[in-house]
Amino acid sequence: MSGAASREIRDEFLKSKMGMVGISILATLIIISVVAVIAIPVETFQEWNNPQSWISYPKVAVPAWTNLFLVEKAPEHLILDSPDTGSIIGDVSLVTSSFAFDYIYDGFPNDFIYEFSAEYSGSPLLQMYVLRPDGIRMDILSSSLPYLEARTTHTERVFSTDYSIKKNIAMQSDTFGFDLERLPPEELLFSYTDYNEPLKGRYVFVANIYHTGDGIKVSDSRLIIGGKAFGVMGTDELRRDLAVGLLWGTPLALFIGLVVAIASVVMGLLYGVYAGYRGKKTDETMMRFNDVIYALPALPFLIILSITISNSIFVMAGFLMVFGWVGVAKVSRSMSLQIKTRGYVDAAGMMGQKDSKIILKHILPQLLPYAFASIAISVPAAITTEAGLSFLGLGDPSFPTWGQILHDADTYGAGARGLWWWIMPPGVMIALTGLAFVFIGNALDAIVNPRLKR
Amino acid sequence: MGIKRYVATRAVTMFAVLMITILITISLVGSNMDVILKQGVAFQVRSEITDNPAIAGGFLSVEKFEEFVQSQIEQRMQILGLDEPWYSPQRIGLTMYKILFLDFGHATFLASDSGSTDVRDIIFEKLPRTILLFTTATILISIIGIFLGALASSRVGSMTDRLTSSFAIISSSFPVWWIGMLLIFLFAFTYQVFPARATPDIPSSDPGYIGALLYHMTLPLITIVLIGFGSWAYLVRNFMVGIMQEDYITAKKTIGIRPRRIIYTHALKNAAPPIITILALSLSGSLGGAIITEAVFDWPGMGRLYFDAITVLDLPVIIGATYVLTAFFLVSIFIADLLYGYFDPRIRAGV
Repeated sequence: MSGAASREIRDEFLKSKMGMVGISILATLIIISVVAVIAIPVETFQEWNNPQSWISYPKVAVPAWTNLFLVEKAPEHLILDSPDTGSIIGDVSLVTSSFAFDYIYDGFPNDFIYEFSAEYSGSPLLQMYVLRPDGIRMDILSSSLPYLEARTTHTERVFSTDYSIKKNIAMQSDTFGFDLERLPPEELLFSYTDYNEPLKGRYVFVANIYHTGDGIKVSDSRLIIGGKAFGVMGTDELRRDLAVGLLWGTPLALFIGLVVAIASVVMGLLYGVYAGYRGKKTDETMMRFNDVIYALPALPFLIILSITISNSIFVMAGFLMVFGWVGVAKVSRSMSLQIKTRGYVDAAGMMGQKDSKIILKHILPQLLPYAFASIAISVPAAITTEAGLSFLGLGDPSFPTWGQILHDADTYGAGARGLWWWIMPPGVMIALTGLAFVFIGNALDAIVNPRLKR
Repeated sequence: MGIKRYVATRAVTMFAVLMITILITISLVGSNMDVILKQGVAFQVRSEITDNPAIAGGFLSVEKFEEFVQSQIEQRMQILGLDEPWYSPQRIGLTMYKILFLDFGHATFLASDSGSTDVRDIIFEKLPRTILLFTTATILISIIGIFLGALASSRVGSMTDRLTSSFAIISSSFPVWWIGMLLIFLFAFTYQVFPARATPDIPSSDPGYIGALLYHMTLPLITIVLIGFGSWAYLVRNFMVGIMQEDYITAKKTIGIRPRRIIYTHALKNAAPPIITILALSLSGSLGGAIITEAVFDWPGMGRLYFDAITVLDLPVIIGATYVLTAFFLVSIFIADLLYGYFDPRIRAGV
């Protein structure tokens, strides 16, 4: 391909609307990948399959922005951090953590959790109360932390389902003008006193830890108000923030798609061109081998390979290449059969140039436009195949891809339960990535094969 | 290369592929398979001895008894040829011979609806359902695709043409199974028209079973057709556009034959060879795709059997299903090749 021809192709490509749409989607995806890699540390996303690290998040929460379209605002999941302020009254030291927030939703929260770590010896006292928007102060809990002989760090999570919280609130039943029986604490703390509807306004949760004796150090104290809406993309059944998975899926999908497509096209190109150029027996043998690989059922094999050998994402990419190069080899062989009959190839041969040089200098460059088109066209196939394998549960657990998110969605019956935010985004991302390359590929193809354009 | 030689080469290649497939499958799962087989034999021998009080009661100590059991197991292994490693030529040869004649042994965990654990029974129970679903889908797809493709090619550049092409491009980049999940969401959750699970909940002996099966088949069928017909239409359109530029079509136009007649009789006839080839290929291709599609819809066919077998790692079923899927795949490639050879005059004439 001479310089002039490549410029021609580029100019024509820039004129093609489809090609430009493809390029802009691809650019967006690349930006997303960069943002994902920079903004979300690798550690966070490698914790994807570790339920422990998602414990503060809500279960199957809808994306928070859906509230914009709803008349009844679903309670948002709030994770509040607080600096702990210490003071000393007499020989009692007091550590206070207070959490203030505006509750503006039309439903009660699911629950609330207060978590903290305290370093002490002895037996401190934990007292929790809430100041409500109507000025009423309600006590939540007053209990002693476990007795520690030597100074150690104690970590505790106080759940709203705790029996003593329920009892404490039941003791303040005269505040409410309705029957408290069977109502969980969060539906009382956040309720109007006359009737059981959520009271909107500013709430302040205060947790005090009293301690006598040597100093107490409280850290990581945090209040979680369990809601039904969270983040940009919501969460799944295992409390994972879907935004993290979706963002990180982008570089992974691009990686698999591009690596597999480029490697298999290069392999197929070299194989086909060599077979076509040598001709005769070599060609016959190489094409028989090609036929064998072509006829192997790819998906069953990929499944067996991933079970028996490894489901690492890199090994998977290798397996996908094994099945990817065959088609390209067939086409490039027939193209090189045509090209080698041209005068200048003959001439180069007669001048005594080496085969490798003729192939690299005279035949391969002619096939480059076709190669670029087929790279673009094979990317979506690689991405959907990987997604399909992941969907079957054969994905690499240390690299969560979109296919794996959909696998989990399917396992937990997201479709039949109507959890659209778990199903839609990963599929749309797969399709968008595929579309970007299909657009680019088709635009290139139309330039390379003008017959289809008419 | 004449047509006979062509057929012969293809047949030999296909058979070689089938053998290679089994060989690779066996070598991939062989060692696991071996362990399972040996455990099975050991368990069988042990229970035979323990169930027989005449033998079991005749031992003085536990050690003696264990020794006897071990020697019996070893003897049985030798008879069955299991003392040789699984990769020994005799054993691989025997396994391949058995598989070739559809003797896959017994499933480790799975069973057919009628309760048989013979892998062959399981497979032949599921296979007709897969064929039912995917053949119906492929026929629908090809009818819609050919019609739409011909229509688009007759009005190149029109709205129909552009819509068909863009639909083809867009639909081809969506995974079928994802569309399936969306349709389950739409038709099983939002509007409760079709069941989310495609397995009928009445036993297969019930007279209403066929009806229930067809009703449960609707949603998967819609999904496959929806995703498939676009690319078909696009392919047919491209073939037709190529043919419509040929001289003989122009000649027919100039002598005044109606364009509709030209498209549906003359042009379509000439586009037939590649279309038939693609038909055969997409039939077999859909069988491979069945694994994921059936898993989504819980359609009780080969694909789901395969998926279930993977989940519990039931190796005999995996091997059997791989063999049957491969055989189907190869037969359709073979038929496609034959048809192509038959329709392409260059091959028929032995050019």
